[in-house]
Amino acid sequence: MNDFKFFPKEPTKAANPREIRMTRLPSLLLATTALTLATQASAQEELNALVWCDHTDPALIEPFEKAHDVKVNLREYEGTGAALALLEQSRPGDWDVLVIDGIDVFRAVEAGILAELPADELPTADFFPEVVMAENNGADGKTYAVTEKFGYNTISYNAAKVDPADMESLSTVWGEKYNGRISIYDYYLPVMGLAALADGIETAKIGEGDLETIGSTLSTMRSRAVSVAGVVAAQTALATGEVDIVVGGGEWLTAVLAAEQPDLTWTIPKEGAVRWTQSIGVLETSEKKDLATEFVKYIVSPEGQSRLATSSCFWGMPANAKAGEMLTDDQKKVLRWDDQPDYLARTQLYPAPSSDLDIEMQDLWLETLQQ
Amino acid sequence: MSDAANTQRTLDREGLRGWGFVAPALLWTLAFFVLPFVVMGAMSLATLEGRTLVWGLSPANYAELAEKAYLWRGILVSLEITLTVTVVSVLLAYPLAWIIAFRVPARWQRLALLLAILPFWTSYVVRSYAWLLVLAREGVVNRTLMGLGIIAEPLTLANTRLATVTGFVHFFVMLLTLTIFANLIQLSPNYRRAAMDLGANAFQTFRHVILPLTLPGIVTGAFLTFVLCIGDYVTPQILGGNTELTVPQIIMVQLGRRADFPLASALAIVLMGIVTLAYLASARWLRLDRL
Repeated sequence: MNDFKFFPKEPTKAANPREIRMTRLPSLLLATTALTLATQASAQEELNALVWCDHTDPALIEPFEKAHDVKVNLREYEGTGAALALLEQSRPGDWDVLVIDGIDVFRAVEAGILAELPADELPTADFFPEVVMAENNGADGKTYAVTEKFGYNTISYNAAKVDPADMESLSTVWGEKYNGRISIYDYYLPVMGLAALADGIETAKIGEGDLETIGSTLSTMRSRAVSVAGVVAAQTALATGEVDIVVGGGEWLTAVLAAEQPDLTWTIPKEGAVRWTQSIGVLETSEKKDLATEFVKYIVSPEGQSRLATSSCFWGMPANAKAGEMLTDDQKKVLRWDDQPDYLARTQLYPAPSSDLDIEMQDLWLETLQQ
Repeated sequence: MSDAANTQRTLDREGLRGWGFVAPALLWTLAFFVLPFVVMGAMSLATLEGRTLVWGLSPANYAELAEKAYLWRGILVSLEITLTVTVVSVLLAYPLAWIIAFRVPARWQRLALLLAILPFWTSYVVRSYAWLLVLAREGVVNRTLMGLGIIAEPLTLANTRLATVTGFVHFFVMLLTLTIFANLIQLSPNYRRAAMDLGANAFQTFRHVILPLTLPGIVTGAFLTFVLCIGDYVTPQILGGNTELTVPQIIMVQLGRRADFPLASALAIVLMGIVTLAYLASARWLRLDRL
């Protein structure tokens, strides 16, 4: 009987583990909900941008994030087709900002994916006039995108290995002398633009009838080349001495290597070169259009432009000429700031073919590669 | 209740349990193979009019295969590279697996296998770029050959089919070594002893006994090599220098700027057709249970 005193007291309700869970559940739920709400309230706003790799430099993005207490999520892509496909498969509101090839803005506008930008709030008056390209960046009098950066697809070379004088004419660049020492940039539009310029055809006027002539020049170019390379492969080939010339290269290819290998340089031959541009816009389905517009305004501001121009991924000229005030003399030297009036006058925007002509040009390019 | 009814109930229960075990794999296959395959098949019969996708039952994308020489050439290039890689990888992997299985003491076999698959531990892309540097005009190979006085001028090794095949072989020898080793190690030494007792020399023993018994391992590894190689984009893109284009590279070009998913899908279906033919050709020897 003495054992009775050692027996535990009659269990209370709360001693039942299942009931403990049940009685504490509402308070747990309440606490969790409160915590979730509190977290949401204090969470940073987020902006989702579909961009080229030069926008992923923290030196460019972090100042905007701090100024607006926002987290900018960046997703790189290659090729307008890939970006449009990605947007098509996304839910409305998933993306807020789009960086796009300047010649393809019209495709995005046609697809109705870009929102109108407040043209009067954009500093286009400070831009190099040739790259404002209002007709490319808008439709029906409305502005849907703004040019943010530009540069040239021209001739990059190793000045220690080739005669710089030979690089001043496209015919000598891919002449017999440099057989096996050339790489071609792996994008058909600028390279075919260069071939057109070599044949005396304006890039804006390339038609189906010109393709035979351009194809013949492409074949010559191809026969001299050891590779057709993308950005990294072309840079590697030039830096390692695999090739001495990159047709279709430019400041975007050699600028990041300038400090280590000053012999790697570029020029615009007497026939001219093609000019690339990239534009930025806000997506129509964005639920944060105001913030996205602020991001666009930051990117085209002198501060944003100077950081974008010298991005760790690739350098290029800022569209806003006032960015020059923020760049160092050395940076401007690498970008050839003082030569821009001459370069802009001697270059043409790279071909922006219609859909049918685009197919023909791409087929011609692939046929040339398979020769 | 009769015995027959009980037996039937037991069978039904077993059947249900069997479906329960199979269902996850079946659902997985339906969701991640059958459904995407149907979508891809339907997409291959659609067309791109201007920049607008038009669904339908058009054979136009398949007709392009006959019309455009570069597409045919792409298929041929893919096949040539894949077959070369498969044959070379088997020829290199078999002796390696043999040495590990029969010449390396049992206690060192694990280490030998580990060393054989060590290159798997590095990134595929990084490994490809490393090969580009090794094979460059001023790379290790050319410097060595010139240093030894074998060549006077650097050879063009990078950005060639040779470079692509080298990159692939480096990867697939490891895979094949594993499948062939797994097969070799299961062979009882009695097979060899019996053949020798019957008067066969070493070559005859290998030719008539060992090789036929290890064919499942060879064919399984070769089939995996074929499938992975023919669909690979990275290696030919980095090492081949676009001097010739394989089907995956052509598919990427179709998608990159124009987003021509219908033609890209048709090319992908053709690739699947080639893989299916390869499977049918090797099905007789594909014995995964022997690995």
